[in-house]
Amino acid sequence: MSASDVATPVFGAQGGQSDEARVEMAMRSFVSEFGVTTALHMESCVRCGLCAEACHFYVTTGDAKYTPIYKLELLRRAYCREASPFAPLVRALGLVRKPSIVDLRQWEELLYDSCTMCGRCTLICPMGIDIAELVKEARHGMFKAGLVPERLALMDRTARQWGSTATPGEDLPDILAEAARAHGVEIPCDLGTADILVTAAAAELGEYTKALADMAKILNRIGAKWTMHQGGFDASNVGFNNGDMELQERLTRALVDTAVKIGAKTLLLPECGHAYGAARWEAAKWYGQALPVRIIHVTEFLDELIATNRICVRKIGETATFHDPCQMVRRGGLEAAARRVLAALGLELIELKDHGVTGYCCGGGGGVVSNQRATPLRYKVFEMKKQQVEMTGAKHLVTSCGQCRITLEMGAKHAHWDKTVESLLGLVADNLAV
Amino acid sequence: MDLLSFARGPALTFALVVFAVGTLWRLVGVLLRPRLPDLSPARERAPSNLVGALRAVVNGMWPRKEFVAAALVTTINGYVFHIGIALVFLGYAPHIAFIRRLTGFSWRALPDVVIYLAAAATIIALLVALGSRLTDPVLRKISNAGDLFTWTITFLPLITGMAVVFEPSSAVLERNNVIYPAPLAVHLLTLELLLMWFPFGKLMHAVFFAFSRGATGMRFSHRGVKV
Repeated sequence: MSASDVATPVFGAQGGQSDEARVEMAMRSFVSEFGVTTALHMESCVRCGLCAEACHFYVTTGDAKYTPIYKLELLRRAYCREASPFAPLVRALGLVRKPSIVDLRQWEELLYDSCTMCGRCTLICPMGIDIAELVKEARHGMFKAGLVPERLALMDRTARQWGSTATPGEDLPDILAEAARAHGVEIPCDLGTADILVTAAAAELGEYTKALADMAKILNRIGAKWTMHQGGFDASNVGFNNGDMELQERLTRALVDTAVKIGAKTLLLPECGHAYGAARWEAAKWYGQALPVRIIHVTEFLDELIATNRICVRKIGETATFHDPCQMVRRGGLEAAARRVLAALGLELIELKDHGVTGYCCGGGGGVVSNQRATPLRYKVFEMKKQQVEMTGAKHLVTSCGQCRITLEMGAKHAHWDKTVESLLGLVADNLAV
Repeated sequence: MDLLSFARGPALTFALVVFAVGTLWRLVGVLLRPRLPDLSPARERAPSNLVGALRAVVNGMWPRKEFVAAALVTTINGYVFHIGIALVFLGYAPHIAFIRRLTGFSWRALPDVVIYLAAAATIIALLVALGSRLTDPVLRKISNAGDLFTWTITFLPLITGMAVVFEPSSAVLERNNVIYPAPLAVHLLTLELLLMWFPFGKLMHAVFFAFSRGATGMRFSHRGVKV
């Protein structure tokens, strides 16, 4: 496969607005993003190209169009023309071309198919430009323009209707009851009061209900007063990935408001990286004040339970390697927590060649896993990941993000690779000691 | 008014005004953009914003060990021409005399041989940078006219400066008259061109880099990530 045909150029477009209206909506959104940090990052690029060396899509294809800063070209143009201190001069002299509908359609692939917002490029940039954050802001404009890959747009519409991409809230009790029956655990739903509101990733409400049971097993073991709730249950915020800020806010508010309503002090997030990014670091901005609940990822929760001896785990005593989910580790700061849990499980950790904050993305973050158009590109990234895993010779491949796990499983299936991708939560739940 | 008088007089004044006002305008224009405070609770034991920012500014001086192999050539080449330009501009005796006439400040000059070596290294490094920009597929993809213009504007004072070096700097300073007025005027005018372009192009990274790294440092250290 040649480098340039890794993604099929079939572009999504939503709504019936004219091309001019799409461009205007995108530009207006881009301009609204230019706060001081974004402006500083727009101004600082020296176009050294080092960001390409950090990007899994460039590294695995060698195609220069995947250079991270190039993905922001339209945002840069919008900044120069509309928001930079010399914008009137730039416009008057026609120094920078306004993005056209053709440009926007072309960049849809670069912003959605070939960027997982993993932020590895941020760490190599000598100017410290947070390119991943800028891509997220560019996606806001693309969403406003109705230029989102159709698969992601479909998920968006579903989440707007159901509050989840997996299921409407009214089906939650049945799903939990079935999961409870299948796995032999009690999963409380819709309790009027609880200390912990537990949330799920979309996939856990369908194919991966064992994750719900694993969470329940641990919470029941410590005697927590907890519940899941129809009011807010799916934490994998598709609005965060798609650039739909209105949806992101609605989904976030549903979780926090439900927690407040039932008196929960803790909002427990599932093994989902983007849930962590959307809720832990961005929820407060919708409220304009510090949140009334503590938002915590299940990995740090497990880490705390083990550290305080509230749960004990059996030592597995084998070798393992760990795939670091980007939003949890590089952009979330949970590198050490996951490793402490692995150590408690008695797993001898053999690190991937690239691990921790500089570990490579699974290739499916930022909605790329759901974007079937990006599948060939994802498989290229998977090959690199597979090689790194094989180099460790570790018996277990563990991660703590369901999206990463699904991406890696899809890659493994395609490559006929018989490695199982294990959940950190699952390992803890399966090895709870009395 | 001859060309040298023009270059030393009104042209220099104009260039300095454009440099100062333009730089201030662009910096203030960016720093006055709206701010959205991060209201999320910081990671336990996260350093203060200031410490996080300063760490990022300092750590950004060299690539993380994981990226050294990929970034080594670009980084070293960059250091060569940045340090080279600084040595030539601030260490050459006639430049120091020029600055003393303008500001009253002066300091000890570096030996001529150091300046010649620095200038040679800088020119080579800038040519390497240009070669990469013109041939490397990634750099070709992301480059624009401003990059080439900035490169030219940076290169010209070096070349025109080399063109007026015919004798040791001590001999230049001992003499009261200029024996090559036209080449010197051209050299000064190229410097003035650089000063006037500074606020408009990517040379402003010399000011912005600390703010840019610092902003990311604050964001990441708040989350408990070391950058």
